[in-house]
Amino acid sequence: MWPIFHKFGSPPWLYAISGAILRWLLPITLLALVTGMVWGLLFTPSENVQGNSYRIIYIHVPAAVVALAGYYVMAFAGAISLIWRMKMADVAMKAAAPVGAALTFVALFTGAVWGKPTWGTWWVWDARITSMLILLFLYLGVVALYEAFDNKEAAGKACAVLSLVGMVNIPIIYKSVDWWYSLHQGASIKFTGETSIHSSMLYPLLLMIAAFYALFTCCLLLNMRAELLQREQRTQWVRKLINEDVVN
Amino acid sequence: MHPVRKQRLYLVLFIALFSSIAIGLVVYALRGNINLFYPPADVAAGMAPVGQPIRVGGMVLEDSLQRSADSLAIRFKLTDYQESVAVVYEGILPDLFAEGQGAVASGVLNDEGVLEASEILAKHDENYMPPEVTHALESSGYDEKGKAR
Repeated sequence: MWPIFHKFGSPPWLYAISGAILRWLLPITLLALVTGMVWGLLFTPSENVQGNSYRIIYIHVPAAVVALAGYYVMAFAGAISLIWRMKMADVAMKAAAPVGAALTFVALFTGAVWGKPTWGTWWVWDARITSMLILLFLYLGVVALYEAFDNKEAAGKACAVLSLVGMVNIPIIYKSVDWWYSLHQGASIKFTGETSIHSSMLYPLLLMIAAFYALFTCCLLLNMRAELLQREQRTQWVRKLINEDVVN
Repeated sequence: MHPVRKQRLYLVLFIALFSSIAIGLVVYALRGNINLFYPPADVAAGMAPVGQPIRVGGMVLEDSLQRSADSLAIRFKLTDYQESVAVVYEGILPDLFAEGQGAVASGVLNDEGVLEASEILAKHDENYMPPEVTHALESSGYDEKGKAR
């Protein structure tokens, strides 16, 4: 296990392998997103109570699910960079924050758009929505805190601690609809027990969730590559890479 | 593992554990305030303050909805099928508001225990069904989990 771990610490290796992964992951992601979107928006039946407005589920739920999962990616990368002082983990943590913030914003925005016709209000301070807003602030906080330090090593440590502390918010968001009375409905897809979405609506939703995970991975890798090039701009391998590009 | 790294691992676990405990205690202490609304049982038990803005949530009781003939005023009951709270409201209702569906009313409880609502929100449940399936299930007399109604 340790040799692989050490390889991840090598920027040129990570740059090369992420490039190879993206070459096939990007087209697959785009294909899955387009397929899921067309399937969900055009080829599923309307819902009995909500009519067509339920279709926002195909953006809202995947964005929210991946925003929560992405926070764990950021926090674990932060923990690894704290414990092993691994530069690449620091790069991953920094790269995950804006992607997670964007997904959280998408989830909040689409939720508001759905809330108006369904609930009768854009916004309500219930436990689910408020804790999701805190998640957005945590992501933005990590981005801002990183930029606030001149010393990037100190910035990495501070951001890692902030992401670790914020990790407690994730189970709170997930369980908020069970623990408290809220306007937001309970989970329709459950790890244990029966799913309360009809299968004709469920399959495109599962495809969209998978597509959003892939999208998160793509954005994370692209962000990491940009950050790697910037940090390593004075090294031999980056110069060589640029020269190759110029010659070709 | 290198002792220095081991120490840092313990530090990370310490941060994660104790921040969780601290925030867990805060959330536990505030548990009543985090609830968006009072269930009808709490209102019936006198746990909801009278004369102050509150929210009450539950199911709109079947056959309890009375509409005024010449205005937008309505009167209905919110229930958890144990206790009920009467609600009066005048204004536009969300599309999903219906008997047998969830709703949250915000307003002030008067001395007779009637909620004078200033806003009604519809609450959607976690069931997503195409209309044809719902109709088929209704005519067959079974619910979506295969149990007889």
